[in-house]
Amino acid sequence: MIFDTVKQLLRQKFGADVIVAEEAEQKQPALIIKADLIDEVCLFLRDHPETWFDFLSCLSGVDYGVEKQQFGVVYHLSSIIKKHTIVLKVIASNDRSEENLPTFKSISAVYKAADWHEREAFDMLGIYFENHPDLRRILLPDDWEGFPLRKDYKNAESYHNIKIDL
Amino acid sequence: MERLIPQKYQQGLINYQNKMASVLPEEMVLNLGPQHPSTHGVLRLELITDGEIVKEVIPHLGYLHRCFEKHGEALNYAQIIPYTDRMDYLASMNNNHAYVMGVERMLGIENDIPKRVEYIRVLVCELNRIASHLIAIGTYGIDIGAFTPFLWCFRDREHIMNMLEWASGARMLYNYIWVGGLFYDIPVGFEERCKEFVDYFKPKLKELNELLTDNQIFISRTANVGILPLDVAINYGCSGPMLRGSGLKYDLRRVDEYSVYPELDFEVAYAKGEIGTVGDCWNRYQVRVVEVEESLKIIEQCVEKLTKEHKRTKEFDPRALCPKKTTPKAQDFYVRAENPKGEIGFYFIADGRSDKPFRIKSRGPSFCNLSVLPAISKNVMIADLIAIIGSLDIVLGEVDR
Repeated sequence: MIFDTVKQLLRQKFGADVIVAEEAEQKQPALIIKADLIDEVCLFLRDHPETWFDFLSCLSGVDYGVEKQQFGVVYHLSSIIKKHTIVLKVIASNDRSEENLPTFKSISAVYKAADWHEREAFDMLGIYFENHPDLRRILLPDDWEGFPLRKDYKNAESYHNIKIDL
Repeated sequence: MERLIPQKYQQGLINYQNKMASVLPEEMVLNLGPQHPSTHGVLRLELITDGEIVKEVIPHLGYLHRCFEKHGEALNYAQIIPYTDRMDYLASMNNNHAYVMGVERMLGIENDIPKRVEYIRVLVCELNRIASHLIAIGTYGIDIGAFTPFLWCFRDREHIMNMLEWASGARMLYNYIWVGGLFYDIPVGFEERCKEFVDYFKPKLKELNELLTDNQIFISRTANVGILPLDVAINYGCSGPMLRGSGLKYDLRRVDEYSVYPELDFEVAYAKGEIGTVGDCWNRYQVRVVEVEESLKIIEQCVEKLTKEHKRTKEFDPRALCPKKTTPKAQDFYVRAENPKGEIGFYFIADGRSDKPFRIKSRGPSFCNLSVLPAISKNVMIADLIAIIGSLDIVLGEVDR
């Protein structure tokens, strides 16, 4: 099964601590990867002839809630040739202050598809991606305040003196 | 007092502002959209041009942002279905189908769905796929300067709209496919009308091909323009006709074999480069035309099944399996399906306690397909840029969500 193959390959290449935890009981088992290594892990999985994950299906930023103080990014990779898929996750603790955004490494050098997805995660959740070539807001205006998909977001009352009625 | 993002996280914006401030004297910044008809909605492109040559394209999105993901966190699973309609509003059935499949798999009821329901779902999805491709073909013609095909496509699409309105009650935003079943069974006589439509449409498609596909002016405008190499397409996450237009036979209906697609006989259309180069605008366009033909085949087979093997019975209740309250177990789930525009994906996080998703993220195919535009439109003419945008077949409702 591809899940075990990936686990084994990653441990061989990066050492035992690259996989922080695993969610194997789920319908779509996921590996939680050490956050510093995610770009190298993606590059390795993309180019390895056994895994060949050449297609980034989806990249989602997640706010795990106010109590947990955690942010994460979920990567759904799939292989066009081998027709298998895998889910990778990275998680970081953060105090939710806007002065100190949760920071992960960008994988946009590995998958160009990640470029806009990472911009969206930055826009909506305030997750910062290091080494991203063009990280700015994508869907909201550049001067929007706050990050709407955060669980503690309070709806804006006005924008440039235009009242927002809901 | 404005709360802005701290300076250290704003390097991207500063770089962008510096770039726009340091445009060379011989270059001109041209604003295309958001109200330009050939941007297919409200897409705004900033072009850095040198005469007629486009040096760089900078897309600006978000004019149609309707906070799908934020709304989704406040609504229960069944209430989100109408919101998925409004993402790719030209292919609402396909959005419904993908979303509903995801929820059903989370609940673990995907194998209990009656075959008749599945066949009806596939039937309406394929009808909607034809309607969506007709828009793509027709508006592509009008982008290039051919007016007649646009009217022909809209005339034929209207038949599909009427049929789907008959089934669901709405013309474009159906909310027809529900978790566990359907809104209603298809109306009496729908199968016959499908047959009539197929018989009517086949000669019309041939006419359309003669008018546009083999038209020398059209070929001159689209062949060898905007070539998207396969490796670039894969790396940028392009899917659907974009990926197949670059010569890869890859269709999630065949790869994932969801719903009843394994029981149906159809070919996956992909570009072979009969005219121009594999990956150019003409090939992307032609993939859509062939896909319409294949969808007609699927419709015929579905009608066959729905009138014989899984025919209408008095006891059949399409809502029999619809759960009263949808509360999936705590889990993460990603579902993907083949939309007319490519791979649509929904990523759910269910907390196991409430009937509302903790997080729902949607991956719009148009969003990824559009992201490749700056890469393939370097140093092209402005007129060719219009041809390239048209061949991407984007729907801004899905780009911005």
